[in-house]
Amino acid sequence: MTTAGTSPSRSAARGSRSGFLGWLAVPALVFFVGFLIIPLLGVLFLSFSSWDGISTNIRWTGLVSWKAVLANPELIHALWITFLIMLVSWLVQTPASLLLGVFLAGRQRYRAVLAVLYFIPLLLSSAAIAITYKALLDPNFGLGAGLGIPLLTQDWLGEPVLAFGTIIFVVSWQFIPFHSLIYQGGVRQIPASLYEAAELDGAGRIRKFFNITLPQLKYTIITSSTLMVVGSLVFFDLIFVLTEGGPGDATRVLALDMYKTGWQANLMGQAAAIATILVLVGLALALLLRRLGGRRYDTSQLEGV
Amino acid sequence: MEPSTSSRRNFLSLAVGAGAAGALAACGTSGPSSSSGGGASGGAGAGAAKATYWYLSVQPQEGIRKASIDRFNAANPSTPIVGTTYQNDAFKTKIKTALGAGQAPTLIWGWGGGGLRSYVQAGQVDDLTDWFSQNQAVKDRLFPGSFGAATINGKIYAMPCECVQPIVLFYNKKVFDKVGAQPPQSWGDIMALVPKFNDAGIAPFSLGGQSRWTNMMWLEFLFDRIGGAEVFQNVFDGQKDAWSNPAAIEGLTKMQELIKANGFIKGFSSITADSNADQALLWSGKAAMMLHGVWTYGSMSIEGKDFVSGGNLGYMNFPPVEGGKGDPSDTVGNPGQYMSIYSKATPEQKEVAKKFLATQILSDAEVKQWVDTGSVPIVKGADSLLASSKDADFLKFVYNTSANAKVFAQSWDQALSPTSAEILLDNISKLFQLSITPDQFASNLNAVIGK
Repeated sequence: MTTAGTSPSRSAARGSRSGFLGWLAVPALVFFVGFLIIPLLGVLFLSFSSWDGISTNIRWTGLVSWKAVLANPELIHALWITFLIMLVSWLVQTPASLLLGVFLAGRQRYRAVLAVLYFIPLLLSSAAIAITYKALLDPNFGLGAGLGIPLLTQDWLGEPVLAFGTIIFVVSWQFIPFHSLIYQGGVRQIPASLYEAAELDGAGRIRKFFNITLPQLKYTIITSSTLMVVGSLVFFDLIFVLTEGGPGDATRVLALDMYKTGWQANLMGQAAAIATILVLVGLALALLLRRLGGRRYDTSQLEGV
Repeated sequence: MEPSTSSRRNFLSLAVGAGAAGALAACGTSGPSSSSGGGASGGAGAGAAKATYWYLSVQPQEGIRKASIDRFNAANPSTPIVGTTYQNDAFKTKIKTALGAGQAPTLIWGWGGGGLRSYVQAGQVDDLTDWFSQNQAVKDRLFPGSFGAATINGKIYAMPCECVQPIVLFYNKKVFDKVGAQPPQSWGDIMALVPKFNDAGIAPFSLGGQSRWTNMMWLEFLFDRIGGAEVFQNVFDGQKDAWSNPAAIEGLTKMQELIKANGFIKGFSSITADSNADQALLWSGKAAMMLHGVWTYGSMSIEGKDFVSGGNLGYMNFPPVEGGKGDPSDTVGNPGQYMSIYSKATPEQKEVAKKFLATQILSDAEVKQWVDTGSVPIVKGADSLLASSKDADFLKFVYNTSANAKVFAQSWDQALSPTSAEILLDNISKLFQLSITPDQFASNLNAVIGK
C-alpha cells in the first residue's frame, strides 16, 4: 500500500528511479501471490468439488457443495455468532483502548511503566492464553473453586451466554493493549498547538477530549476498527481451545464451522465454500469501513495548523 | 523436545538406511516376504527400507508402542521403523492431511470402523486378506471379535492390535460408603441415587461433556439396554428413520431426565476428557460415578494417588433398564485398535511394516507390558496372564465383560462415517445442553442416515 502511495510522486521527480522502486515491491508481491492469491484460488476451485480430504483424486461436482452449505441452517447461525462477537468485542474494546491510549499518551514516567505492563498480554500466544484461562475458569478445579469464591465458580464455558461473555472478555484482554498502542501513537501526533488554543478559549479536559482528541483520532479509530472487525472474523485458536464452539453450537463462529466441516466431517468442498464466504464477508467489511471514513481518505486533518 | 529428537532419529536412520542399501545393493528389491533375522530386504534407494509409524503420545500406551518399535529396530537394524508421536486430536487431523497429500506413514494407526471405511473408499490402505490367509497364525491368536471393525465389504484392511476397551461404570467406593448407598442395579436405582448424592453435596456422575463422545457413551448404553443392539444396527445399516425408533426416543428422553435431575457434575459441558479432569472428579470424591472407557484405569492408578491401589475404585457393567429388551451382558467400546498399511508406500516399506505386524505387534513382551498397565490385550488366552498382575481383579473383569458380551458394539462415532459422526456428536452436545428435544434429535439425524 505504501509503495503504491509514494511511488507516483517520486516517479514524477525522477523517472529513472521509479523502475528501481517498482522492483522493491516484487518480494512482497511474490509472497502475496504465492501465499495468498494462489491458495485463495485453490479454495475457490475446491468449493466446486466434493473432496473428502483423504482421497488423492478430487471429484468436481459443480454447485453441490455450495448448495449444501447455503441450505444448512448452521451457516446462518455461525454468521450470526461471528457478527455478534465482532460487534460486542468492538463495543468493549474501542472505548477501553481509546481511553487507555489517551491515558498512556501522557509523558509521565509512571504511565510509561504502565504502558509496558499493559503490553504483556500481547506477547502471549492465543493458544497459551486460552489454555490458561480454561484452567483458571474450570468450575471444579479453577480459580473460584481453589479460592473458595462462589462468584467465580460459575460454569463459565458451559452456559451459552457465559461462554460467549467469557470469549469476549478473553479476546478483549488480549487485544486491548494492541489497540491502546495504536491510539497512543495517534494521540501523540495531535499538535499541541490545538490544545493550547482550546485552553486559551477556556475549554476543559472533557471538552478538549471530545472536540479535539476524538475528531483528530478519526482515522486512527477507523484503522483500529478495521483491524478489530476483520480480526474477529478469523478468531479460531482462542475459541477452539476454550469451548470448541460449544456448548452445543453457542460459540461456533464461521472459522470454526469451516474447520469442523473440513477436518472433522471430511467435507472439504463445503469447508472451502464456507472459507470463500468468510473471505467475501471480510473484504466487504473492510471496504465498508474504508467508505465510512469518507472518500478523501488521504487528505490532511492538519490544514491551517 | 519431541520434534528435535525425532528429526535426529530420522537423520540417523537415513544414514543407516543408506549404508544398508549400499551393502545390500546386490540383493535387489524382490526380497521374499518371509525374509527375517539379518537378511533384510534391501531398499531401492537410500532410506527406502525404512517404514514409518505414527502413534498417540499418551502414557502409558506411548511407552509400550515405542518399546515394540525399539525391539523391532534392535532385531532389524537395517530396516528400521521410525516412530513419530502425536496428541490424540492432532493425530486425527494430521493423518487425514497426510493421506490427502499422499505422504502418510507406512503404518496407519486408527480405530477401525467408519474411519477405516473412508480410507478404503479412497483407496489409501492395502487389502490384507491374502496376507492374513498366508499368515494364519498371526490371525488365529487374536480375538475373532476384533476383526469386525477391520473388515470392510468382507475384506480385512487392518490388523487389530493393542487392547480391548469396553466402556464400564466406575464408582468411588469411599463416597458410596459415606452416603450409605449401594451401586445401582438398574436405571431406577441410578435415578434414585441422584438426589441422594446431590443432597450430600457430591455430584452423582462425572462427565467430560465438552469432548462430546463422552456423552455419546451414555446413549450407546441406553439404546442398547432399552431396545437391544439392533436399534443402532439399523442406523448403521442405513434404515430409513432409524433414529425415530421408540426405543431410541425413550433412551433420549431418559437421558434428558437424568440431566434435568442434575445427574451430572455442574459445569460438565466445559470439562474435556483430554485433560483427565473427569477422572480427577471421581478419584477426588467430588463425583460418585463415571461412565468411561477402561483405558482410564491406567491414568487413575497413576494420578489418583492411593485411590486405585487402596481398593476404592469400583466397576461394573452398565445396569439394565426396567422393561428393556437389551441383553445386560452387551457392551460397547473399542473392540481393539487397528493398524493398516498405506497403499502408496514402497513395496520395501510394506514388507518392513508387515514384518513388524507379524513379529512385534502383540508379541509376548508387548502383551506383558499391556497387562502390566492394566489393559487386556486382544490375544486369546490373555486371561491366564492376568492372574499374576497387580490389577488382576480389574483385568479379569474387563476380560469377562468383553468375552461374555452377547454383542460388543463399536463406539458410534468410530462405526459411522466421519461425516455422520460429526453431525451425531454435534446433536449429542445440543441434546445434553437441552437445546433440542429427543424428537428434534431424531429428525436431525434421520436426515443424514447413510451419509
